[in-house]
Amino acid sequence: MNYEALGLKAGIEIHQQLNTREKLFCGCPTTLRKFEERTGEFYRYLRATESEMGEIDRAAKEEMKHLRRFTYYAYDTTCLVENDEEPPSPLNPEALEICLTIARMFGMTPVEQVHTMRKLVIDGSNTSGFQRTALVALRGDIPGGGTIETICLEEEAAQRVQDNIFSLDRLGIPLVEITTSPCMHTPEEVARVAGYLGMVLRSTGRVKRGLGTIRQDINISIREGARVEIKGVQELDLIAEVVRREATRQVALLEIRETLRERNAGLLEEPVDVTALFKETKSSILKKAACILAVVLPGFAGLVGREIQPGRRLGSEFSDYAKKCGVGGIFHTDELPAYGVTGDEVEELRKFTKAGHDDCVVLVASSIEKAACAASQVMERARMALEGVPEETRRMLEGGSTAYMRPLPGAARMYPETDVLPVSIGSDTWEFIEVPELLTERAKRYSEELGLDAGVARQIAYSEHLQLFDRAISEGISPGLASRTLLSTMKELSRDGVPVEAIGDEAVIAVMKSVEEGRAAKEAVPGILGSVAGGTPLEDAIAQCAPAISTGDLEALIQGIVKERSLFVAEKGMAALGPLMGVVMAEVRGSVDGKLVSELLRKEIAKACRPD
Amino acid sequence: MTEFSSGDRVICRYGGVPQEGTYITERDGKAVIKLDSGYNIGVSHSECDILERWSPAVPPEVVISQDESLPLLSILSTGGTIASRIDYRTGAVTSQFDAADILRAIPGLSTIGRYRTTKLYTILSENMTPGIWQELARAVYNEIRAGATGVIITHGTDTMAYSAAAVSFMVESPVPVIFVGSQRSADRPSSDNVMNALCSASAATSPLGEVAVVMHDSTSDDRCAVHRGTRVRKMHTSRRDAFQSIGIPPLGYVEYPSLDVKLSDHAVTRGEKEPQLSDSLEEKCGLVYFHPGMDAGILECYRGYRGLAIAGTGLGHVNTGLIEGIGSLIDEGCVVVMTSQCLHGRVCDRVYDTGRDLLRAGVVEGGDMLPEVALVKLMWVLGNVPDRERATAMMEMNLAGEINRRSLHEL
Ligand SMILES: [Zn+2]
Repeated sequence: MNYEALGLKAGIEIHQQLNTREKLFCGCPTTLRKFEERTGEFYRYLRATESEMGEIDRAAKEEMKHLRRFTYYAYDTTCLVENDEEPPSPLNPEALEICLTIARMFGMTPVEQVHTMRKLVIDGSNTSGFQRTALVALRGDIPGGGTIETICLEEEAAQRVQDNIFSLDRLGIPLVEITTSPCMHTPEEVARVAGYLGMVLRSTGRVKRGLGTIRQDINISIREGARVEIKGVQELDLIAEVVRREATRQVALLEIRETLRERNAGLLEEPVDVTALFKETKSSILKKAACILAVVLPGFAGLVGREIQPGRRLGSEFSDYAKKCGVGGIFHTDELPAYGVTGDEVEELRKFTKAGHDDCVVLVASSIEKAACAASQVMERARMALEGVPEETRRMLEGGSTAYMRPLPGAARMYPETDVLPVSIGSDTWEFIEVPELLTERAKRYSEELGLDAGVARQIAYSEHLQLFDRAISEGISPGLASRTLLSTMKELSRDGVPVEAIGDEAVIAVMKSVEEGRAAKEAVPGILGSVAGGTPLEDAIAQCAPAISTGDLEALIQGIVKERSLFVAEKGMAALGPLMGVVMAEVRGSVDGKLVSELLRKEIAKACRPD
Repeated sequence: MTEFSSGDRVICRYGGVPQEGTYITERDGKAVIKLDSGYNIGVSHSECDILERWSPAVPPEVVISQDESLPLLSILSTGGTIASRIDYRTGAVTSQFDAADILRAIPGLSTIGRYRTTKLYTILSENMTPGIWQELARAVYNEIRAGATGVIITHGTDTMAYSAAAVSFMVESPVPVIFVGSQRSADRPSSDNVMNALCSASAATSPLGEVAVVMHDSTSDDRCAVHRGTRVRKMHTSRRDAFQSIGIPPLGYVEYPSLDVKLSDHAVTRGEKEPQLSDSLEEKCGLVYFHPGMDAGILECYRGYRGLAIAGTGLGHVNTGLIEGIGSLIDEGCVVVMTSQCLHGRVCDRVYDTGRDLLRAGVVEGGDMLPEVALVKLMWVLGNVPDRERATAMMEMNLAGEINRRSLHEL
C-alpha cells in the first residue's frame, strides 16, 4: 500500500508514568497494590456539572444514561486526597522537574506559569469526576522530522478492577502526556517515532518500567477517511501493524461507501418484529430471545460480511455498536445460513421483510428494550457506512485490529483547579535542568569506552539494570562480567523460577566483586545468586558454591588428574584438554574460573607430553 | 500596552507556535490564556494580541415548571453553594441561587416539592454575624407563617452549626428547618451537593418539627444524617461526613437514593410547636478557649461583656490564677458559663478544688452543652431575659435540646 498516496496522517499521544517518591497531589507512595490488600471500600455517584450554556458534554452524557454507582478500593498507601475528601497538595516538584527534563530533551519551550486544570472525566476512574492536568511546555522537535505539540503533567486514573469498581492505588501517580502533531505518514514512521519517544523518556532513568506504565494512543486518518483514535497500544512492536490495519480499514470502508452509492443505497426502514418466524428455530440464541428484530439494509448485501481488517467485517462494527445496548451480538444474512439458522428460515425472513437481492438483513435478539436499542444502533452505524468512516475512539485487539469503543470526545471540558496554585517556571529553574545522556548515546559510549559488543551495549543501556551496571563499573567490576550477570544470568535464573527480585543490588555487586577478587569463579555466579535468592546469607552462599581453592591446590589437583590418566594424555596429546577440563571442573564444582583451569591444564598436558 | 479584558479572543505566539485562545485574567503579572485545547497557561502579555473583543452570549432562558400538587418548600440561601455552573469557555464557576437554576442543576428536586427561593446573603460562612442570624431567623419565621411545608437554608459549612443553634433558639418551628451545604465544591461531578440537597428536601417534607442539619453520614453516597441544630458540630475540615451529632444520636437518616426518611423517637415531630419568633440577641458575649499558661490579663478584654462562655479543660477547669479575674467579671454582671474542650461529656465543677472555686466565684455549669452553643445561647438568653438571676438559671436549663439530662453510654 502506498500510504503517502492514501494521504495517511498519524500522530501519537504517549502516557508515561513517572517514578516519583510521592504522588502528584498527595504524599502517598506511587506503589501499586494487590486488590486483596485493600483496607476499605466506599462508593459514590458522579454527575456531569452543567455548563454555562446549559449543555453537557456528549461523552459525559453517554456516561450519564444511567445514574452509575462507582465503588472504590482504598489501601493503607492511599489517603483522603485519592478519596476526594481533601484538597490536593501543591504540584509535586519532583514530578515537575522530571517533566521539565523531558521537555528540555525535546528542545521545548516551558510555559512561564503552569496552571493545573480539571478535565471532566466521569467514567468513574477519577473519584473527583475530573483528572488534574497541567500544560508544562510547548513545541519540540523529533530528530528526523516531526514535531511535539505539547507535554502535560497529569495524574494517573484509578485502575478498573471490573465494571464499576476501581482501585485507588494507581490514582494520582504522576504521568507525562506527550502529544505529537499528526506529522507521520507511514506506519514505519509512527513506530520509529514511538520508539524514539520511549527511548528519550527512559533516558531520564526516572520513569516507571513494566507493563502498563507506558501507553500509546494513536490518531490515524487517510484522505476522505476520518480521524480515529486508537487507545492503549502497549506493545511497541505492534504500532506499525495497528497503523497498517487502520489504513486498510478506512480504505475498505470508503470502498463500501462507493459500492453503496453505486447501488443507490439510501433510506432505511423501521425494524420489523420477526420473533414469530423463529419459534421453532434450532438456533438457541434466537429461540430463547423475547424479541427478535430485523433491520433491512438496502444495498448492503455482501458488504456486511466483507472483511475490512484481519478478523473484522463491517458486521463486526455493527455488532460493536449493538453491544452498547447489552446484547451479545448480531446475525446478518451475509453469514447465514449458519449458527443453527437454516436456509429455509433465511428465505422466510427475506420474504417476510420484503428484502431484495441486494439487501442484507440484520437480526438482533434480546429483551424488547434491548433489541429495540440494538436495532437503532445498527441502523445508526449503517447510516455512517453511507457517509464513509465515522470518527471514533477504538481499542486495540490482539494482533493489531481494533474495535469500536465510543464516539470521539468533544473538546475537552476543562476549568481551573483552584485548589492548586500556579507554578512559575523562571529561567533560573529552566537553566538548571540537567539533560541526561540519551540511551542511544550511552550505548555508543559503552561500546567505545568499555569495549562491549554493540548489541550488548545497547541491551544494557536499555535495560532496567542500567543504574546497577553503572555502579558495578564504577566499583571496578569488568564490563563483561557486569553485563553478563545483569543481562543473562539474572534472566536465566528468573526463567528457572528463582525469585530474583529477592536479590538486592548490594548482593549482586558483592558477588561480582568476589569474582573479580578471585574468591569465586565466574561460573559459580548463578549458583551463588540462586542461593542468595533462596535466603542464604551472602558469605555462606559464596563459601558453599566456591570452596576457596588456592592456585597451588588447583595445580596439585590438576597434576594428579593428568598423572592418573597419563596413558590417555600420551595418546591424545593436546586433544585430551577438553575431556580433562570436564573432570577438573566437576572436581572443583565450578568454583574456579574455567580459563585458569584450562591454562593450567594445558601447561600440565604439555609437560606430560614433552619427552623428558 | 493593550488592555485585555476577560473573555477576549487572543492569539498567543508563545513558544514559537501561534495559538488561539481566550484571555482569562491577570495572575502575578502574567496573562492567563485559555488555549483552545482547554488548557490555561500563564505568559507575558507581550506574547498575546487581541483578535476580537468579547461580547457575552446570553445563556438560554430555561423555564422550569413546578408541580403545584407538591408541598411548598422554601429555600433561603446565605452563601453556601448548593448548585453551580461552569463556563468551560473561561473556566469560570458561578454559584446558582434562583429556583430555576437550582432545579436545573439538581433536577431530582422537582419531584420532591415546589420551591420558593430567597437569596438572603452571598457571604462566606466565616463572615456570618449575629445580626445575620437574626435576619435569617426572621426570614425562616416568615416562610413558616407563609405556609411553607419545610424551610431549607443553604449555608457554608464552616459556621453552619453556629447558625443552626442560633435559629434553634430564636424560632419555635412546627415544620422542619433544614440547614444544608456541601463539603466538596458543587462544580465537581463527585460533589456531595446533589445528595445533600435531595436529602434535605426530603427531610423538609418529613414529619420532623425542629431545626436540623442534613449532611452526608459517611464517606459513601449512602445516606445523610439529620442532626439536631444544637447538638451538631463540624468535626473534620474536609470530609463529606464532617458533621456529627455530639452526645446524642442523630435525629434520623435520609437514605440515598430512595430518599426515605427514618426519624428517631427523640426527634421533635411536625406540629408539636406553635410558630414563634424571639429574635433578640445580646452581642456582647464571648467564647474563651482556655490553655495552660493563659495570661489572666486576657480576661480584661471581656470587661463590660454581658456573657462569657469558657471552653475549659476536662470536667470544666481553668488555671487557678484566672479564677479571681473570672469572679470579678461575674461581680460586674457578666454571666460566665463553663463548658469543656472535650466536647464529649458533661462538665462537673464539684469534683476538684478548682471547680469548686469556680462555682464559688459564680460560674454556671454548662452541662453537656457544646462551647459554641453555649455562646449562642448566652446571646439569646441575655437578649431576651433582662433579669440576670433568671438568665443564669436558664443557662442551666434545656431550652432547645442543647442540654441533655442523661449522658448516653452508646453501648
Ligand atoms: Zn494520597
